[in-house]
Amino acid sequence: MSENKSFWAKLKSWIDGDEVIINADEYISTRERKDKVIGENMLGEKHAPAEKLRANSTLYRVLSVGITVCFIVVMLGVVMDLPMFGDPGSITNNEVAARYLEKGIEETGAINFVAGMILDYRAFDTFGESNVLFMAVVAVLMLLQRDKKNVSAVEDKEMAEDEVFDGQDSKIILQKGAKVLAPIVILYGIYVVLNGHLSPGGGFSGGSIIGAGLILFSAANGHKKMQTFFTVKTLTKISVACLLTYCGCKSYSFFTGANHVGWEIPKGTPGDLLSSGFILPLNICVGLVVACTMYGFYALFTKGEI
Amino acid sequence: MEHHHLNLVHNIPFFSIFFAMFCGIITPLIKNGRVARYVHGTMVAIVGVLSAVLLVNVVQNGEAFTFMMGHFPAPWGNELRIGPLEALLAVLISVVMFLTITAGSEQLFKEIVPEKQNFYFIMLNATFGAMLAMTYTNDLFTAYVFIEILTIASCTLILARGTKQAIVGTTHYLVFGCVGSGLFLLGVCILYGITGHLLFPQIKETIAMLMTTGEFHFPLMFVVTLMFVGLGIKSALFPFHSALPTAYGSTMTTSNGILSGLVLKAYIILAIKLCLEVFTLETLVELKIADIMFVLGVLGMVMGSVYAVHEGRMKRMLAYSSVAQIGYIFMGIGLGSVAGMIATIFHVFAHAATKSMLFICCGSFIEDADGKEQLENLKGAAHRNPLAGIAFTVGALSMIGVPLFAGFISKLYFAIAAIEMTGMRMVLVLGALAISMILNAMYFLPSVIAIWSKPKDEFKKTQISPLFAVAMVLFIVVNFVLGIGYRPIVEVMEMGIELMQMVL
Repeated sequence: MSENKSFWAKLKSWIDGDEVIINADEYISTRERKDKVIGENMLGEKHAPAEKLRANSTLYRVLSVGITVCFIVVMLGVVMDLPMFGDPGSITNNEVAARYLEKGIEETGAINFVAGMILDYRAFDTFGESNVLFMAVVAVLMLLQRDKKNVSAVEDKEMAEDEVFDGQDSKIILQKGAKVLAPIVILYGIYVVLNGHLSPGGGFSGGSIIGAGLILFSAANGHKKMQTFFTVKTLTKISVACLLTYCGCKSYSFFTGANHVGWEIPKGTPGDLLSSGFILPLNICVGLVVACTMYGFYALFTKGEI
Repeated sequence: MEHHHLNLVHNIPFFSIFFAMFCGIITPLIKNGRVARYVHGTMVAIVGVLSAVLLVNVVQNGEAFTFMMGHFPAPWGNELRIGPLEALLAVLISVVMFLTITAGSEQLFKEIVPEKQNFYFIMLNATFGAMLAMTYTNDLFTAYVFIEILTIASCTLILARGTKQAIVGTTHYLVFGCVGSGLFLLGVCILYGITGHLLFPQIKETIAMLMTTGEFHFPLMFVVTLMFVGLGIKSALFPFHSALPTAYGSTMTTSNGILSGLVLKAYIILAIKLCLEVFTLETLVELKIADIMFVLGVLGMVMGSVYAVHEGRMKRMLAYSSVAQIGYIFMGIGLGSVAGMIATIFHVFAHAATKSMLFICCGSFIEDADGKEQLENLKGAAHRNPLAGIAFTVGALSMIGVPLFAGFISKLYFAIAAIEMTGMRMVLVLGALAISMILNAMYFLPSVIAIWSKPKDEFKKTQISPLFAVAMVLFIVVNFVLGIGYRPIVEVMEMGIELMQMVL
């Protein structure tokens, strides 16, 4: 087989992404030889994808390096052309940013401009984002939650071993540490969520701190103990309740806003904990969804159940 | 043309999106998959009827309007924008979604384990909501957020079967989907960096200014390339199509129908909106990105069909046929003219209605043949299930481009758009159309002949469920409506495009 032809064959199979075997005759002959040596058909079959990858590996390397270098060069060129960051005369310093900064507190009641922007000015996007998190958990549940199609003896054995280790008192440092740290971490997360409209932070960052606290607790005290108060039902109920609250609050404000009905939510005094209209409850909702998502991922990826 | 006095009809788009997402959010609480299906079906039917009301309303008034999502007007808050074309697309999405799920959902309850069936419907509701949001949005970042939802939901639709093949297929699909979203997001970021806006009309204004001053020419070109390549990867434009056959070959019928008929189209709808409402056709032609789309489209038209001719498994053949049809669509965008745009949009309609039907029929044939999908195993399939056979034949004729069927009209409009062009382009389009039609016939006719030929051994007729029968008949009717009563639909499209090109 000529060099030129095999390159085109490789290129074609690369574009196809199909199960095309390059150098089919050569491959078959080597496989037969292996079969003779090992005398087992299964192994030969198993090696097929690896064989295919090896045949193409040089091409993959050259192409990936080539594409990456091209992309880097072009991106650098683009960055050279972009407006300078912080340049007052720049085209991006327009009326949008100006109004967010000048009227943000008055219009949203939030001292933290970011909270005002994502939960009031552009709350529709954030509604989508919270749904993304929820969808991600459901997708992982679909993939990893153990059911009759998704179990194997090896996995069961590993799970049983894990439980034995969880039962033994061998993680003394982790457990003592977690006993002190987990409540503090979770409390700090709650603080960040509740003060989302007053200081940097908010639902997304606070929620991930709470999630980290939950993961710490679960890692130290075992999955069984976690399940006494947090199961897949709890996760579903919390996420659904939070998203419904978000959906309800924002439907109200989108409907009243677009139809110019009035009936605005009182903003309160900027700086108070209970102020800025819907931003505080929305931050709590987002925070809880994020915390559930974080912990849900951890539990599903380690145990296959929450 | 600011409409300060909205009436109740103007709230329909906002209501549709939120209703779909609301149903997605409450579905985890419904443990029974069949109840979840009824909730989903009812929701889609309600949204479909409301969208039809909206369509009649906007067409009668000849208007397009914006809907402020919250208390802040553009460019500070999010916004929806609704015109005749958007309303028509919403009707299409609702109809195809409703018919596909009605016809194909029995398979779901056999394939997915009972405790996970409601997850599937969460994803369907989210897919539906996201597609509506991408159709109606007037904001670039909202579009990106709903692309994310659509990516996750569509991967889960493939994954739902839970087999090894399905997981491999999902992985392929996910990798391509992530690269596409990533490039699009990068484009959005840089575009925000040079325009300072996220809402379509304001970006359009700024770009018009940048084009006259010649400022940021290179970043702008790069942004347009990134965004259209990103959307091209997500909608399986040649040569980024290789995830499609693996993914479609591995999953369930309804997922196939929804993904090929609608999800691919959602990205194309967004691309069309970007062409008309953000970058304008003139800018795309000037920046040469239209040429790139044109060339890739023409290549896709031919290559997709070439692959399909070589394919022996029916689902993969249909997947390659989708690649070819996506080629048509991008070729139409690449023509850079209004006529090309109309042909493209009509093809979106024709392909959505036809391909979902073909996949549903193909799924039912394969089920009758005990899961074997090689063409020789499907011999005589139409005798077992005559209704699916008729529907498959209608779909195949439509895809080939036989008059009276939906596919013919879009090809006719592609040809009309080509004749407006001069020189090479006209020759290329007409040549590609001719070659692709012959190739389409080369792979669709053998499969039609195969399913109608006499089966080798004894067979028994398949029990056709009433839901399947009704949905199939309606699918055939939709195909004929698009193929015969196309004039009013095209007029609505023309009106919609005209309104989309104007700044509100």
